[in-house]
Amino acid sequence: MLIAVFLPLIFACLIPFLSKWKQKVHTGWFVLPIPFSIFLFLILKVGKQFSPISQSYNWIPSLDINFDLYLDGLGLLFGLLISGIGTLVVLYSIYYLHKTEQLGHFYVYLLMFMAAMLGVVFSDNVYALYSFWELTSFSSFLLIGYWNHRSGSRYGALKSMLITVFGGLSLLAGLILLTIVTDTTSIQSMIDQKDTIMNSPYFGWILGFVFLGAFTKSAQFPFHIWLPDAMEAPTPVSAYLHSATMVKAGIFLVARFLPILSLSEWFFVVVSGIGIITLCWGSFMAVRQTDLKGILAFSTISQLGMIMSMLGFGTDAAIFAAVFHILNHATFKGSLFMVAGIVDHETGTRDIRKLGGLMTFMPITATLALFGTFSMAGVPLPFLNGFYSKEMFFKYSLELGEYSGIAQGLATAIPFLAVLGSIFTFVYSMYLVFGTFRGEYKKEELPQKPHEAPIGMLISPIILVIGIIVIGLFPHLVNGSFLAHAAEAISGHESHKHISFWHGFVTPLFMSLAVVGLGTLLVLTRKRWNSIYNVIPGKLSFNRVYDWLVDRTERFSSKITKTYMTGSLKLYVQLILIAIIFGTISMIVITNGINLDATDLAKIRLPELLVVGMMVLASIATIFTNNRIAAILILGVVGYGLSILFVLYRAPDLALTQLIIETVTVALFLLVFMHLPKLEKRNESKGSIFMNAAISISFGGMMTLVGISSYTSKWFDPISDYFLETSKSLGGGSNVVNVILVDMRGLDTLFEIAVLGIAALGIYGMIKLRRKKEAK
Amino acid sequence: MSMRTNDLILRTTTILIAFILLAFSVYLFIAGHNAPGGGFIGGLMTAAAVVLMYMTYGFESVKKIIPINFRYLIPVGLLTAVLTGMGSFLYNEPFLSQTFAHFSHIPILGEVELATALLFDLGVYLTVVGITLTIILSIANDQ
Repeated sequence: MLIAVFLPLIFACLIPFLSKWKQKVHTGWFVLPIPFSIFLFLILKVGKQFSPISQSYNWIPSLDINFDLYLDGLGLLFGLLISGIGTLVVLYSIYYLHKTEQLGHFYVYLLMFMAAMLGVVFSDNVYALYSFWELTSFSSFLLIGYWNHRSGSRYGALKSMLITVFGGLSLLAGLILLTIVTDTTSIQSMIDQKDTIMNSPYFGWILGFVFLGAFTKSAQFPFHIWLPDAMEAPTPVSAYLHSATMVKAGIFLVARFLPILSLSEWFFVVVSGIGIITLCWGSFMAVRQTDLKGILAFSTISQLGMIMSMLGFGTDAAIFAAVFHILNHATFKGSLFMVAGIVDHETGTRDIRKLGGLMTFMPITATLALFGTFSMAGVPLPFLNGFYSKEMFFKYSLELGEYSGIAQGLATAIPFLAVLGSIFTFVYSMYLVFGTFRGEYKKEELPQKPHEAPIGMLISPIILVIGIIVIGLFPHLVNGSFLAHAAEAISGHESHKHISFWHGFVTPLFMSLAVVGLGTLLVLTRKRWNSIYNVIPGKLSFNRVYDWLVDRTERFSSKITKTYMTGSLKLYVQLILIAIIFGTISMIVITNGINLDATDLAKIRLPELLVVGMMVLASIATIFTNNRIAAILILGVVGYGLSILFVLYRAPDLALTQLIIETVTVALFLLVFMHLPKLEKRNESKGSIFMNAAISISFGGMMTLVGISSYTSKWFDPISDYFLETSKSLGGGSNVVNVILVDMRGLDTLFEIAVLGIAALGIYGMIKLRRKKEAK
Repeated sequence: MSMRTNDLILRTTTILIAFILLAFSVYLFIAGHNAPGGGFIGGLMTAAAVVLMYMTYGFESVKKIIPINFRYLIPVGLLTAVLTGMGSFLYNEPFLSQTFAHFSHIPILGEVELATALLFDLGVYLTVVGITLTIILSIANDQ
């Protein structure tokens, strides 16, 4: 199984070498065997006697992150869809994409996506699942943006990336919480511990995060907006990703975690509620579209909503119906996308307003479209699989059981909403097929003269339509052998259902008939009620919300950045000082660190007082002087005062050094200031002066407080006694300061002189380099 | 400094003072281990003496008297400091281990006590001289 997952990835690495023969052989032919062999590998597992297979490969065992693979009925169903439709899509793309396109890129992305999808459905380890999950987002981003010279493709790719990655990250949060709660990374062991999960305080968060992940990926309301824009991708991609596989990843996730998620009483309301809203909104919006793929995109959204709401019903039978519809939807939607691609390819447009009357030109395509759309609409014909699952949907929406509160309201509304959504589904399905293939032929509006597609392009949709009919005629062919296993994998119970066309005169049949009747009526009178679309989505479109959000986030963040990143050094210094003041003072308050104790202080002597008084006066004078030379000289007074203080406190080395350094700095300042313009009186507003004063005074006050507090709270004896004792015996010198500098802590000195050296070279370099630049 | 007037008094005193300063700086450097002083102060003092000479006699004349490029003193000093530190490796000691010894029969000086830290201090001294003069001269000579 590991090979099955990684085969596409490994093969993707070889594709660049195959592109050499691109001119002779279409690269797609090399790719074709890959999904087909995976399909064969998986189809051999189908059978009545199926038991889950589990395998484990080490990845990061120390973190309990491994490639744990688990193949049960659900994984098998999805695996077959992915590899089967993958085969057909590769075959279709061979005829769809011309050799002049960048085929290497296309097939690399497609194989990456295939591997990622297989990884998602086979993973048992949540982190492996998440890794593959993000790889699907990533590869679908690349595929949507395949024609990256079009701005629409880039916009659609970005949109789908933002939305699905947003969901993916919230899924990660949910999975991490699950790991924390259950202390395992295996999904099956998590399901075994569902009681622990339900009783944990994080249960609500887990639900929220996982649902968010699933709903964004599966284009549920209101995150459905990325899917119509993803239609900018090449049609094989739309057929594969946006109808059959990736958008079902969210459904897969809900199905996989159903035993855990359905523990919540909100499960039904959230999943079915969102699902049914998505169903109605998607089918309603699909009628409005004029682009063939736009119709199909919204139709996919609404069908996914239907599957989601069936999963939400939570009964074994409804789950079986959901699984059945996953299969059915993959068959008819895949074929319809391919048909749309053929129409686009052969006429040069996908705008349904320009199309019409194509039946005589493309009879085979028209037939395929007819089967696909009728199956999608759920027209009661005994050879269309769509009808069966829709009938089951109606049936189980009536058998929801007893709920209370909002759930009861929803349970009552669901059958009506289901019928409403299905009516619109019928309308757009009929519009799709009759609008394209019947009606008058508009010769002057078509860019190309239409003709039937080459046979190679038709093979894939034909196979899918055969699938529709075979499942429609013999539903039990797929029922016992693997649909039942899939349903069992979700719900944990045996659920072998009998699928039959004729139930007798029961409510679901009348619902279907109502759908057909009302749907036909609406199709015929479409022009009269079309103006409703100017009112209802109108300004309420979620695309506007998305655009507004993206635009606002951008503007808002740039605004924030501009408020504090003004380029003014003064502001930065102010901000840094304020941050230090707040941080220190809040820390002092929190730890109750103020300690003003005067017992340990020495007596103040008159010389000290005089020197300090002089220094204070000099510092104040520095602030108020407007003459630069004067400022330097007065500052020098402070420096000399300091060296006198060192003398008073018996630090001769420091006093000497300070004296010379002060002299040298004053001299340097004077040297440098020769080159500077005259200092002028600054015109500052009173508020700014006040602000500066407030910051300086509070900073000084804070430092005083910190100094006094730390002086009075001595926790340890100083180590200076050791230095005093051992300076002579160990260092061989009686100047303790110097012995410390060169012997006991010589390393500090070494690096200090290195710092000075760098500074000197820096100054030298700065002056010399500037000169050279000026010379040029 | 190009517009020098007839500053005879300055020139005469400088000859005297510069030598006193240089001698004092050497004293500070050597005495550093047992009395206030050391490589840093000594280096600064030497630099001060040289700066005084520059101020009195001008850049060109001093360059002739002391034909040293002070920039090279920086790496030489740093190298001295690092090498004395690495010298302790020869005796299987950690980096920058210092030791000292008494030497009793040295001519003129008689009995002295010499520490290897003095060599390290020499590195400091050379670096500080180099740094100070590099900075001051490059700024002062900047047009």
